Amino acid sequence: MSGFQDTTAFTMGGVAADSAIGAAVEGRAKIFEMTQAAEDAVLAPAEAGGLSHDLRAALAARIARLNGEADLAERYAGRIGGDAALADPANDGTAQDMGAVVAFMDKVAGRTAEVRAEDVETLKSAGIGDADIVRLAELNAFLAYQIRLIAGLRLMGETQ
Amino acid sequence: MSRPDAKVVTKWTRNVPGWRPRVTPVNLQEASEAQLEALQVTPSNTKVSDYVLVLAHDVETLKVRSPLFNGIMYDAGGLSRAERELGAIGASMVNHCIYCAAVHASRHAQIEKSEEVTDKIFAAGAKAELSLRDSAIFAFALKLSKAPSEAGPEDMAALKEAGLDEAEILDLILSTALFGWANRLMHVLGDPVRTGDGG
Repeated sequence: MSGFQDTTAFTMGGVAADSAIGAAVEGRAKIFEMTQAAEDAVLAPAEAGGLSHDLRAALAARIARLNGEADLAERYAGRIGGDAALADPANDGTAQDMGAVVAFMDKVAGRTAEVRAEDVETLKSAGIGDADIVRLAELNAFLAYQIRLIAGLRLMGETQ
Repeated sequence: MSRPDAKVVTKWTRNVPGWRPRVTPVNLQEASEAQLEALQVTPSNTKVSDYVLVLAHDVETLKVRSPLFNGIMYDAGGLSRAERELGAIGASMVNHCIYCAAVHASRHAQIEKSEEVTDKIFAAGAKAELSLRDSAIFAFALKLSKAPSEAGPEDMAALKEAGLDEAEILDLILSTALFGWANRLMHVLGDPVRTGDGG
């Protein structure tokens, strides 16, 4: 477990350690450290199931881009060992035979309110097992949290 | 456990519905050592909700998620409990997580010993007429929860004008962002349901 100043959220949020915001973050150091542990669990779990670490990094970069977080996207894209095609939101995943996964991830990330039972059924029809569906949702859900934490911290810094 | 004939709840409510998973929960009888540990199942504690049994499919995340969730919502200092709940409710309404909104609106009403604020929010959403402080908090939560976030300098200024300090604003960001996470599990992996007898 890293110190709060080494966490992705702290770094990407652009928090100055010696500012009032830095002091507020220090007061929640444990939460920032646990946030980093959660990043490790969704991006690089020991038991990856059907989602390789490369695929997770590509989907994370994609979701960061969909949210306009270019620096965070770069950070995750840097972890992709193989094909980075899915990291591009313009790619619908068909060529990689990942169309269903990509469509699901984009909808859960950007149009959460519209997600219906059918969206989960479509994944099942594409051969994605229950455990991998949960892993996809957790990856997506964690990123929603981390991206908003970063956006909020940046906004605090800009308006200090 | 919800019955198959249960009806999906589509309206905001404080009356917490049941939750019907869209994927098969982990079977406790077949759970791995790591899953049992994360679920904190002991011979005397074998009651685990379907929701947590679904999340047990990704046991490494579940293990870090629970303490993180509790820390953000309950750790001492900073933003009040009720105001953290307001952040959670804002996110849940943007993401249309009926179940999450019900749980956290009922907690808000319980803490405040009043249903006034959540009645107004459920009736009017972003247009709800709240106190200066609640209104700044709720508006910020709604905007931060959009994808991408629509929160801007004017929202931050409103929080400060309403008297929130840096530590309180950070707690609001954390609780709102956390529900961007929780909503994408609860609303995506299952349906809020009610059986005929109200259960």
